[in-house]
Amino acid sequence: MDLTLFMYLIPSLIMFGCGVYGFITRKNMIAIMISLELMLNSVDINFVVFNRYLFPGQMDGMFFSLFAIAIAAAETALALAIIINVFRIAKNVDINQITKLKF
Amino acid sequence: MESVGNIILYFIVAIAIIVFSVLTVTTRKILRSATYLLFVLFATAIIYFQMDYQFLGAVQIAVYAGGILVLFVFAIMLTQQPGKSAEALATHRRWLGLTAALAGVAVCGYALFSYAGFGGRLLSSGVDVNMEKIGQFLLSTDKFGYLLPFEAISVLLLACIIGGVVIARRR
Repeated sequence: MDLTLFMYLIPSLIMFGCGVYGFITRKNMIAIMISLELMLNSVDINFVVFNRYLFPGQMDGMFFSLFAIAIAAAETALALAIIINVFRIAKNVDINQITKLKF
Repeated sequence: MESVGNIILYFIVAIAIIVFSVLTVTTRKILRSATYLLFVLFATAIIYFQMDYQFLGAVQIAVYAGGILVLFVFAIMLTQQPGKSAEALATHRRWLGLTAALAGVAVCGYALFSYAGFGGRLLSSGVDVNMEKIGQFLLSTDKFGYLLPFEAISVLLLACIIGGVVIARRR
């Protein structure tokens, strides 16, 4: 039995589906960020696996994942800072309760 | 033919990823959700190690599991009452989420299964990905060099530091 490219894409696909589900159904802003991390992570797996199986001599997919991890870290740090600031003002991180900016 | 250990490791990792990512989005306690996310990230790091990208696996553990997860736990501790579960989902919202997720998974899964024979087996590693090579790629200006994104990332991180200070400052 061989481990094919296909077998690595299945868990990644399910991870992405879970991320979409959580992103739509969750109301807590931090839970939404966690779902976002799931989606980003599944994309990273795809980059790495495609690179390893289809272009083993090159490292482009690995660098894409590396940069994606760096950008995700920066983005999460800022987003959590914003969420904590919102909590300071509104005493809540529920997206249904925070409607001050709504038009 | 793969070694038996590799195949067993693959199945453990795949099942862990599937189970824990489902638990991450379905559990009602948010701190548990963050913990399950940690397990998913570790399983992803194991996939990277299995693919022979040791540096990427180390970065995944250090940055994601070490950095981002700690930030999440901090934010959860600061904003939630401990032990409180989220209220139950409204039915229409759950159906909306399930429909979107299942539709996406079905379309991508169909595309995957129609190419199921494609990609073949893992070729023996063409190059060994060592630190020296990664460093040279990151700082080279050749055709496959990554100097420009590297510098762009450094500017982005600087902007994030300044933004973090500005946002978190007490007025």
